[in-house]
Amino acid sequence: MADTVVTTEHEGPIERIGQLTLDGISSVGGLALFFFDMLAWLVTRLPRRAVLFASMYQIGVESLLVVMVTGGFIGMVMAVQSYDQLRYMHLETNLGAVINISLVKELGPVLAATMLAGRVGSSMAAELGTMRITEQIDALRVLGANPIHYLVVPRFLACVLLIPLLTVMADAAGVFGGWFISTQVCGIDSQHYWNHTEEYIGSFELLSGVAKSVFFGAAIAVVSCQRGFNCRAGAEGVGRAATEAFVFSFVAILTLDFLLGIICNALYPWLGQ
Amino acid sequence: MNPQEPLIEFRSVSRRFGAQEVLRDISFTIHRGESVAIIGESGCGKSVTLKLMIALLAPSSGEVCLDGRSHRTRTEKDLTRERLRFGYVFQQAALFDSMSVEDNVAFGLRQNTDFSEGEIAAIVRERLNEVGLPTSVCRKKPAELSGGMKKRVGLARALALSPEIVLYDEPTTGLDPIMSDVINELIVRARARRSITGIVVTHDMVTVGRTVDRVIMLYPLSRLEGDEPQIIFDGTPAEVFSAADPRVYQFVHGQAGERLEELALN
Repeated sequence: MADTVVTTEHEGPIERIGQLTLDGISSVGGLALFFFDMLAWLVTRLPRRAVLFASMYQIGVESLLVVMVTGGFIGMVMAVQSYDQLRYMHLETNLGAVINISLVKELGPVLAATMLAGRVGSSMAAELGTMRITEQIDALRVLGANPIHYLVVPRFLACVLLIPLLTVMADAAGVFGGWFISTQVCGIDSQHYWNHTEEYIGSFELLSGVAKSVFFGAAIAVVSCQRGFNCRAGAEGVGRAATEAFVFSFVAILTLDFLLGIICNALYPWLGQ
Repeated sequence: MNPQEPLIEFRSVSRRFGAQEVLRDISFTIHRGESVAIIGESGCGKSVTLKLMIALLAPSSGEVCLDGRSHRTRTEKDLTRERLRFGYVFQQAALFDSMSVEDNVAFGLRQNTDFSEGEIAAIVRERLNEVGLPTSVCRKKPAELSGGMKKRVGLARALALSPEIVLYDEPTTGLDPIMSDVINELIVRARARRSITGIVVTHDMVTVGRTVDRVIMLYPLSRLEGDEPQIIFDGTPAEVFSAADPRVYQFVHGQAGERLEELALN
């Protein structure tokens, strides 16, 4: 997330490591300040309904198909890949449990968020980056609007509210895809398939996946908008902002997934039984 | 508010971006009702000067004052309110791509006033009419407009809130001579109708000759020697066209002079 990497002719490896460390700290600090600025606006004044709905349409409705296709294929691929392994151990009727628990707890939220980081995050960074370099963000300030409130808060809210819903839709498509291949292609009895699924998946598993996607949505929005706001001039700058938005969102998703996984496991004895 | 007091004042203002200094220790004042052109070569800090005036940028050192009070002493809320005293015509118009022409012009009104939609629509039509655009452009998106139309919509948007000061950032750049003349005429008319203070950043000496009564010329720091002042001219348009300083003369008359020799050497 380095904004400025200062290099000099006589820079040695130690200086370079030091500079990269400083750039890293400065970037994380910049991201944190951006987040708190956005949060301050979020709690003081909600965005206009029309602006919020436009963001929700762009982020939610326009992503629905691609997310469901992704989810559906994940379920189908898991069924194809797992069937032979389980059949070898005579456990093929457990296929429903294996596919669906992986989907709702882990793969659904992470892969839907990854897909959305590519589709929504890159698009937001490119849009805001273009607005920055064409002085539209300055124009907002001149006309009495705060760019964070006007541009970032609606996108943040849309991501936090709709990415969990999109994750549920991806999960549903994945569950259907897995069921279809397992029962219609691999010949597993549908009754057994659902019985095993029910045995292993409770509301804790379902909700932990959805809860993760709230954090993933927030990370995608904050990282992508911040990259757009710090876009450098020119087409190259916009392209770079879009790429960085995806890469940094992806890293944030994986980091959050790891941390939230630990927290969910710690909470399971109290909430999951 | 003392009418004799400068409206805008730069006190020893410097501005740097990283290691690059763009403005160094510049001081000048602009009074109410004046129309001033800031001219100079590309990269000499003209647009930065405009952005400092409206507090889109903060100086690295020195003070930019509006009505005698430094921007530095104002809160962000104050600055937002003070910015509404300005209209800003951006170099590339900076129209919001996702909005129609009507929504662009109405944006400031919706954001800052309690006018009804009917009143806003009437003001939008009036402003578009003022810049010579038919109401049929209202539904169009900026991408459907020509460069000259975009500039005029930008001007209509800048005038929508009836500002006290209008900043024009290269208003005729990229336009054909006829459309440049139209924009120059609109700048003159806007000032005549509202007695606004106008600051025009431009390379276009026709614009200077037609629209302003005072010219400030900035010189790029990279071409200055030692502690030479960055403002190399401050006077009337008549004086700038007959300036004795070769740097001013060559710029005004579009003569590259020794610059051609420098390029040949490189």
